[in-house]
Amino acid sequence: MTTFLTRRVALLAAATCVATLGLSAAAEAQTSIKIGYAISRTGPNTGGAAVTTIPNYELWVKEVNAGGGIKLGDKRVPIEVVQYDDRSNAEEAVRALERLINQDKVDFILPPWGTGLNLAVGPTLNREGYPHLAATAVTDRAPELAKRWPNSFWLLGTSGDAAKTLVDLLSKLRDEKKIGDTVAMVSIADGFGIDLSTAARPALTNAKFKLAYDKSYPIGTQDLAPIVNEIKALNPDVFIAFSYPPDTLALTEQSRIAGFNPKVFYTGVGTAFPLYKQKFGKNTEGVMGIGGWSGDSPAIKDYLARHKASAANGAEPDRWASAVTYASLQMLQQAIERVGKVDRAAVIKDLQTGTFDTVIGKVKLENNMPTRYWWVGQWQDGEFYGIAPAKNEGARTAIVPKPAWVAP
Amino acid sequence: MSARIAGIGSLALAAIALLAFVPRLGNAYYLALSISLLQYTVLATAWGMFSGPTRYVSLATTAFFGVGAYTVAVLGEILPWPLVLLIAAALGAMVAGVVGLSTLRLSGVYFVIFTFGLTELIRQLVVWFEVNKSRVLGRYVFVNITQADIYWQLLALTAAVFLLGWLIARSRLGFALRVIGEDETVAKHCGINTTFAKVALFTISATIMTLVGAIMAPRWTYIEPSIAFNSMISFQVLIMALLGGAHRLWGPVLGAIPLTLLFELLSARFPNTFTIILGCIFLVIVYMLPRGVAGLFERRSAPSAKTTQRVTA
Repeated sequence: MTTFLTRRVALLAAATCVATLGLSAAAEAQTSIKIGYAISRTGPNTGGAAVTTIPNYELWVKEVNAGGGIKLGDKRVPIEVVQYDDRSNAEEAVRALERLINQDKVDFILPPWGTGLNLAVGPTLNREGYPHLAATAVTDRAPELAKRWPNSFWLLGTSGDAAKTLVDLLSKLRDEKKIGDTVAMVSIADGFGIDLSTAARPALTNAKFKLAYDKSYPIGTQDLAPIVNEIKALNPDVFIAFSYPPDTLALTEQSRIAGFNPKVFYTGVGTAFPLYKQKFGKNTEGVMGIGGWSGDSPAIKDYLARHKASAANGAEPDRWASAVTYASLQMLQQAIERVGKVDRAAVIKDLQTGTFDTVIGKVKLENNMPTRYWWVGQWQDGEFYGIAPAKNEGARTAIVPKPAWVAP
Repeated sequence: MSARIAGIGSLALAAIALLAFVPRLGNAYYLALSISLLQYTVLATAWGMFSGPTRYVSLATTAFFGVGAYTVAVLGEILPWPLVLLIAAALGAMVAGVVGLSTLRLSGVYFVIFTFGLTELIRQLVVWFEVNKSRVLGRYVFVNITQADIYWQLLALTAAVFLLGWLIARSRLGFALRVIGEDETVAKHCGINTTFAKVALFTISATIMTLVGAIMAPRWTYIEPSIAFNSMISFQVLIMALLGGAHRLWGPVLGAIPLTLLFELLSARFPNTFTIILGCIFLVIVYMLPRGVAGLFERRSAPSAKTTQRVTA
């Protein structure tokens, strides 16, 4: 009896010892990296998030885990994902992040889609010391924000820069006598359209272009035919639309129907979407738009193939922020691996100072922003190539004048 | 009676004092949740203050909330904070006064539609102004206000709203409104200035909503019309007040707290089926609890009320 008891006690003691040891070992060694994000799965931001952000997050997690995970020191640990729906709502996005940080205790956070939501979550990520790689936000206050929140990285640049690059390209084309100097500009009455047209207006005037038409239309405008017809009557050399996806499609369709074919035809967000190519096919030839990528680079071609293989229905990425989003994830991974542990302050430091090998080429940030962006792209032979700034690696020469519309 | 009031009063004071320590817990998530709870408590109670007794269903909550948020977006960085709040409240009261005078002659479904349209109207006015005059859409609010500050301000506002609601219910104004709610024609015949009574209460309720918007604005850093004038707020507040029971001052709280917690739970646990589950819950509320949670309590205490009546008789 006594021996039995003691044996039982001994067993119990041993078991407790093992359990405690096991627990403390688990607490010491990182067995996975928890990555959280809140993304718009419902509400007005859904379209953008579904094209640009979600497929890239999923592709990256899948690829990293298939390769064994993220390398911490001398071993690899898999990524564990916690995700929520921010319902396209700023308040919801902030709260979801606070939940990720305090309840789920995630190691890193991936940002939401869009300028507004990235700005909304900025203070929270800054306060809690998480790196914030904003890959889908275009804001003129990016340099100031990067100073205010040193943990934030603004990878898509400023709208002022976008407008300036476009005007520089137009000036160059005029110097080459490819276009005249009348410009018609329309913009959507929302953040993006206002920012860009406000920056483009003085830039065009300073470059001595004649602004023959300059109007904005409200968000959700269904019938853009009157605008297109009015502009066609003015017969401008250059048509610029700082538009959102639905109106980018509508303006293109309407111009084709009306036979409005200026020498330069430029539309806004959505021109770089795969949907644009699907809808207009051969008629995309020569259309310019915001964004672009080095379509000839092997890294981009490889990325395109992997994205198509991974995404639902073989969807293609858009030719602007998609590749930047994927590159931001590669940067995060490389920074974590160089630091070798979950040390967010060190990762932020590495992101600020390191050089990264990504699908968009070598990236080295200056003041938390990249030094190269694609601002103008053009559909050439079924691919949306970057054409400006011309000094970027892989920049193609612009096809001007734009070929005539063909019957679909 | 006075002993009971003193009891409730001291209980409320103790509750407020206790709640004031929430930010000291040091968990940002609970703080965020508490901010949400207080925000909806104040909005739903303010909604109930006007819509409960008069039975005018208003969907203008977002309009006032947005006016408050936008005031902060425009003036937040220029003026000292208390002054900004004061201006926001004044603007809200002004808008409510003008709107109230011109529309409270409407009733029933016409009033509902108008208040819904009001949100869109104000939003479009703001967009028009920003696009054509200031040429920026989307403003940044960098003010030195922490989450704890937001929480304390909301807590103070909650206390103020309940005090105000209690005072109004005991005043001639509150009595007048109850008569209007029962029958507006009778109220007129009794010599009640119905227009004044309705506009006055509409303005008070709207001013509180505007203040909530102003207090919440620093939480987002970036404000654009679609963020400030998000019509979901109107609907959520409405359903919260209805669940709780808008005919009692303390009714809307009983809806605001469980529903805020439920929204939180649903978006945390079922992020992809949130809307479907939410729709089913709304159906259940409308069919099972037509008089709200407050109605349940009343039904239970009804027999005892009857006995007291008999005793006094």
